[in-house]
Amino acid sequence: MHELAVCQALIEQVERVARQNEARRVVSIVITVGPLSGVEPQLLEHAYPIAAAGTVAEHASLVVETVPVRVRCRSCGAETDVQPNRIVCGSCGDWQVDVTGGEEMLLRRVEIETDAAAVH
Amino acid sequence: MCRDCGCSLGPAATRAPLAAPTGVAGKVETIEVITAILGENDRVAAHNREHFDQYGVLAINLMSSPGSGKTALLEATIRALGGRLKVAVIEGDLATENDAERIRACGVPAVQISTGNACHLDATMVHDAVHDVPLAGLDILFIENVGNLVCPASFDLGQHRNVTLLSVPEGDDKPAKYPVMFRAADLSLVTKTDLLPFITEFSLERARASLRQVGFGGESIELTSRGGDGFDAWLAWLDREVAAQRERTRRGETARPQIQPEGATLHAAGHRPVR
Ligand SMILES: Nc1nc2c(ncn2[C@@H]2O[C@H](COP(=O)(O)OP(=O)(O)OP(=O)(O)O)[C@@H](O)[C@H]2O)c(=O)[nH]1
Ligand SMILES: [Mg+2]
Ligand SMILES: [Zn+2]
Ligand SMILES: [Zn+2]
Repeated sequence: MHELAVCQALIEQVERVARQNEARRVVSIVITVGPLSGVEPQLLEHAYPIAAAGTVAEHASLVVETVPVRVRCRSCGAETDVQPNRIVCGSCGDWQVDVTGGEEMLLRRVEIETDAAAVH
Repeated sequence: MCRDCGCSLGPAATRAPLAAPTGVAGKVETIEVITAILGENDRVAAHNREHFDQYGVLAINLMSSPGSGKTALLEATIRALGGRLKVAVIEGDLATENDAERIRACGVPAVQISTGNACHLDATMVHDAVHDVPLAGLDILFIENVGNLVCPASFDLGQHRNVTLLSVPEGDDKPAKYPVMFRAADLSLVTKTDLLPFITEFSLERARASLRQVGFGGESIELTSRGGDGFDAWLAWLDREVAAQRERTRRGETARPQIQPEGATLHAAGHRPVR
């Protein structure tokens, strides 16, 4: 269960963003996770509240966007979505493909609340 | 700060104190970020790689399920090399010092990382251990990851190459079940082939097909730590990789595993050319 470690790393990134933007609290966090990143979205969601407890993101909602594994075929050029354990061209079946998506483990967006009265 | 090498790494920054809620509704804004979640790990991994490259040491990360024969492979490799290449080992283990002791019994320095309840090594754990490894004059640093087919694959440690082991008793379908790990390999070893006569349902053909289906495009060697042709092929692979690392060091270049966890590619950390 490395998802807790991943959530802790996520919280550190979010805290940095919050600090830089003088956030009072974090409202929501959007991340993108692909099947080839090796993390399970559901396990991330379970681990998240533990990692967020006591931080500026404590009450933030976590939105996990998942993306499919996508490959581009070197022989027929087709771009297809495939299963992580069937990384072959979905069109012609050739295994000479380049993975163009599905490895993502990215922090995309942080929604923060700042002091309305704060003068910048 | 890194106490030994003076680099700017160290325990994670202390948490910022929470702003007291003011009760007044604030202004909500959205910040677009797009950064690797494991970016900090990737940064430390790149730093580890610089340590290795500084001494021209080839760093190899061994990954497999528990008991696939990682330590046995290292023991047999050290004996077969007979000091021809200088080797050290970093051992990752949940709780014990057993594997490090087995390596030391072969006359090679070994540093044990007890990961506690962490099911994988990360770059910071390796960084802490690296300063206890005599890197000068070393040819290969093996990092034996925690026996686990899932978690280790997500964390770059600063290694140059990933080697995965699939032992015959585990079954030939393991790549299909754990695609992320097996895809990440630069070299795939099928181990314990001396057991093939007893485990007749294991098909090397199916194992190879399963590897190919998860997008593994590297070299594959079938061997037993008891020796033989496959074992010689493994030693030859090591020789080639050591030579390649020496050549890169001479040119001021570095290398990363073929397949990288997301962050490392995004980051393109480090300032030396990568090939
Ligand atoms: N028959 C046979 N047994 C082997 C071989 N390699 C390892 N073993 C046995 O498999 C068992 C586990 O080997 P280890 O080397 O401890 O495996 P490991 O991957 O290091 O295990 P963890 O560190 O606990 O994940 C031991 O009893 C070894 O003797 C082999 O090539 N053939
Ligand atoms: Mg071991
Ligand atoms: Zn095709
Ligand atoms: Zn350092």
